[in-house]
Amino acid sequence: MTTPVLRARGLVKRYGRVTALAGADLELLPGEILAVIGDNGAGKSSLIKALSGAVVPDEGEILVDGRPVSFSSPLDAREAGIETVHQSLAVAPSLDIAANLFLGRERRRKGVLGSVFRMLDRNGMREEARRQLDALGIMTIQNPGQAVETLSGGQRQAVAVARAAAFGSRVVIMDEPTAALGVRESRAVLDLVLQVRDRGLPVILISHNMPHVFEVADRIHIQRLGRRKAVVDPKTISMSDAVAIMTGAMEPPDPVA
Amino acid sequence: MTTTLSTSQSPGGNPLGRDDAKRSPLTRLQHLLHSQATIGPAAVLLVAVIVFAVLSPRFLTPGNISLILQQVAVIGTLAVGQTIVILTAGIDLSCGAIMVLTSIVMAKVAADTGLPGLPALLLGFLVGTLCGLLNGLLVTRLKLPPFIVTLGTLNVFFALNLWYSASATIRGTDMPSLLLWTGQTVNVGGTRITYGSIMMVLLVAAMAFALKNTAWGRHVYATGDDAEASRLSGIRTARVLLSVYATAGAVYALAAWVLIGRIASASPQAGQLDNLDSITAVVIGGTSLFGGRGAIVGSLIGALIVGVFRNGLALAGVDVLWQTLAVGVLIIVAVSLDQWIRKVKP
Repeated sequence: MTTPVLRARGLVKRYGRVTALAGADLELLPGEILAVIGDNGAGKSSLIKALSGAVVPDEGEILVDGRPVSFSSPLDAREAGIETVHQSLAVAPSLDIAANLFLGRERRRKGVLGSVFRMLDRNGMREEARRQLDALGIMTIQNPGQAVETLSGGQRQAVAVARAAAFGSRVVIMDEPTAALGVRESRAVLDLVLQVRDRGLPVILISHNMPHVFEVADRIHIQRLGRRKAVVDPKTISMSDAVAIMTGAMEPPDPVA
Repeated sequence: MTTTLSTSQSPGGNPLGRDDAKRSPLTRLQHLLHSQATIGPAAVLLVAVIVFAVLSPRFLTPGNISLILQQVAVIGTLAVGQTIVILTAGIDLSCGAIMVLTSIVMAKVAADTGLPGLPALLLGFLVGTLCGLLNGLLVTRLKLPPFIVTLGTLNVFFALNLWYSASATIRGTDMPSLLLWTGQTVNVGGTRITYGSIMMVLLVAAMAFALKNTAWGRHVYATGDDAEASRLSGIRTARVLLSVYATAGAVYALAAWVLIGRIASASPQAGQLDNLDSITAVVIGGTSLFGGRGAIVGSLIGALIVGVFRNGLALAGVDVLWQTLAVGVLIIVAVSLDQWIRKVKP
């Protein structure tokens, strides 16, 4: 078996008396789109937050390329090559597209201007932003100097995805990327998800939308009551069976595929 | 597997495209003000200057311009610190108290111990920075609202100031001349400008540069815009806030130096309302109290607007109470404008 790019073993996270994760496992293989589905309160968000460094799990371990890591902040996960598109998008609305793409990892100008005056390489970052947006086929955003708050929901999503795709070297995690979008915008964002995968980056896709999940996922991780209930193949299982496993109405045919 | 696409899309429309519908002039103005927050205040300043110049022939004389700049220097300097705090969606009620405490420390240490001007000045900067750092620690560690933190430290610093000064003013003649240097003037094209005013302008330029051109500046805006999003983007928001409050403290120490030069003494009772005046300058200057939007230059313009209004109305023979009323109306208008601008639609 190939080494998973990202692996979680026995993650536990408690919030007071509530146990959000009760020994959750996860495996992400190279080059795949792994969808994570689960009912409300199944621990999807907590799982993703643990993997992206946004929360620190109480127990369990996370392995990147087989090596144990410990994330105490989102910055640690980013340095390990894991980029996350949060459901809230985590963008600063009043800053422009290029500034958001490079938020937290700005580039400085070369020479004295950069080292002494700490000047940002504004043009360089704009060009790079332009390139990244083009690479993902987001041609319709004309100007990387445009403030993010002037963009539509789908465009903001595209900016967040472009940021993750541009800097993620190992894994891209997307939390409900189509939840707030209309049909057309969802379509475009799903294409982005596929493109990120086709560039060789494995993707973890959290979604409530079964048609979307079945359309793009290579494998589906079903989360239930804080644990991984099953991993199923969307080509061999029906949507209604997946939902039945998710809600506990049906036992999985094979606990972990 | 394909998903059926909506057929209602406009010709040539793209799901991630932007609908550039025709905008009304009012909407266009809203968008303009939204992208360039200082245009509004700059226009108000220009109109005010023209109106007052017409009303009073003395308004645009070199002597009067010099006076306005001197009157504005202290508030304008304070407003620089206040702006960076407000950009992070905070507020600093203690800025005036930090300034007065710092001015007393600078002057009294030098007067009592014969410490030369430069070490006394540096000591003042250290005290100002530490006061700001305390505010920052209370905001980031105890996670208290900045309003409450600085309301508390306002009283603490003011009490310390009364205790250390024993409520006594330190006369300029007892101080090293360096502390009074900010009150001296230089002749710029027939107008006598104090070094304090020049320092304020240089400070505004330096801070505007830092906010616009450094990663730190971007992180200040991003933290005020959406702190959680910034944290998830890998910005150490607590560190950004600490640096902002500490920097603001150092800026207030600079204001203290300007203040000593302006009143040629160090008084524990000076600048009691300067905290509110600095907030007024920032708000009139177009910086949003909700954070993440605004500019330092706007705050300088805001301070100038207040200075010009007070001075111009005084020259026109208007009672001081009506000057205060005018400033009050300006604040309400500025904040209403900000609310309207924030409702801009994509």
